[in-house]
Amino acid sequence: MTGRGGRSGEITIAAPGPFTTVQDLGRPGLAHLGITRSGAVDRHSLRLANRLVGNLPGAAAIEVTYGGLIVRFSHPGMIAVTGAPCPLELSGHQIGMYAPVDVQAGALLRVGVPAQGVRTYLGIRGGVDVPVVLGSRSRDTLAGIGPEPLVAGAHLPLGREMSDPPTVDLAPQARYVDQPELRVLAGPRADWFGAAALADLCAKAYEVTTDSDRVGVRLRGPAIPRRIIAELPSEAVVAGGIQIPPSGQPMIFLADHPVTGGYPVLGVVAAADLPLAAQCRPGQRLRFRPARGLVNARPDD
Amino acid sequence: MRILPCGGEALLVEVSNLQEVEDLYGRLRRDTPPGVTDLVPAARTILVAFDPAATGSARLRALLQEATTGSEPTADPVITAAKVAPPTVIIPVRYDGPDLDDLARLTGLTPAQIIQRHLRGRHRVAFCGFAPGFAYISGLDPSLRVPRRDSPRTRVPAGAIAVADEFTGVYPRASPGGWHLIGRTDLTVFDLTRDPPALLMPGTAVRFVAVDAAGAVRS
Repeated sequence: MTGRGGRSGEITIAAPGPFTTVQDLGRPGLAHLGITRSGAVDRHSLRLANRLVGNLPGAAAIEVTYGGLIVRFSHPGMIAVTGAPCPLELSGHQIGMYAPVDVQAGALLRVGVPAQGVRTYLGIRGGVDVPVVLGSRSRDTLAGIGPEPLVAGAHLPLGREMSDPPTVDLAPQARYVDQPELRVLAGPRADWFGAAALADLCAKAYEVTTDSDRVGVRLRGPAIPRRIIAELPSEAVVAGGIQIPPSGQPMIFLADHPVTGGYPVLGVVAAADLPLAAQCRPGQRLRFRPARGLVNARPDD
Repeated sequence: MRILPCGGEALLVEVSNLQEVEDLYGRLRRDTPPGVTDLVPAARTILVAFDPAATGSARLRALLQEATTGSEPTADPVITAAKVAPPTVIIPVRYDGPDLDDLARLTGLTPAQIIQRHLRGRHRVAFCGFAPGFAYISGLDPSLRVPRRDSPRTRVPAGAIAVADEFTGVYPRASPGGWHLIGRTDLTVFDLTRDPPALLMPGTAVRFVAVDAAGAVRS
């Protein structure tokens, strides 16, 4: 352990912004009890923030939705901000994204509004040390498990979830594109739709709607008609699953998805592309394309 | 049985009925293929999530085929049962639910008959879902099977005992709900501070016991 001094200190939320929660890598392995994984919706950015400040990969960070967070640090420490790019001001000085930055005792960080993307991650060396619930510090917004969304005046202790001091200065970050492409693996219920359903899904762009949240990205575009109209007995769904409700308008499940769903899932977004889905803003358009060269097993009768 | 693809980190095994789900889930719990990170049973399916760094979908498919077609385990059944079967959970119920009369109308039975038939079912948790700790408990007497209510309630209290389709459910906390309420229990079926948090896990045997308003067992 190579912490700075005996105490890791705490942070105080001066303003939370529109919606800000604590997230880590979630609660895997509890779905059979009706508990979904939850955790950061953009896992890539969470991991990057932790790596930049030398934290363990599963340390808890702060997931900021549409910026607006103002936070004060009680002790000297180190931060890195990843995900949706925001203007950042640390005690009056502009600082950069995707890089470790030292903070002084009493420093005030202002996270502006992102020009692109939705979710920004504030990683702090040592991690946020709120109480662990079922093995995770993540807020599951659908089930209401884990720490409440942050409010002004909240004090969050910092922990010791760190390894050696970081050696990375700056992580190059792929640019956010206007119209991201998500690779899709067919199944499990592709046979509930016409033979061309996946091709239809990939043929035209879909617009992200305003009712998208941590549960899922809801889309508007060409409807995908069902071939089988029967009711599907509830079955477990996965993050990235593209569920098609009776309206024919697809929805991509994100971290807080329900454990089971009652509508057929046409395909699953490749895990590596899910952060792109999580960063799409309402009004933005995205496209699907069939995943090639990715492992996907054949349907097997 | 069919094994359906479900992204790069899971397979979805589909069987014909709930009994086959329960049997296969029990077998996979006893003898979990390497690399499997989660087994999630539901009404006709089991989701088998895996770590792609530890196993591959082709290898896992072969092992799942084996598990469904292979012979029953030859181990001592008493030892196997002791190792696998969770203890029976006894749920004390005050059978005073507001939907007993509706259910009587739908089934052609009297409320007393409904209670009697519910009590004598051989109940077992088939799977969880809907909400954390909400168990779909199988073993409902076939004469009590009715579809969900036409209009769901916006608030069902915690501890409500309800039936729909082939299941009994215990609402772990207040939530919306569309099942027929037949009673309530004081038993806490879900508690975040407990390990495991859910009392009713897939495979758990359940016995309902009728109690009066004071909590005493009714004979």
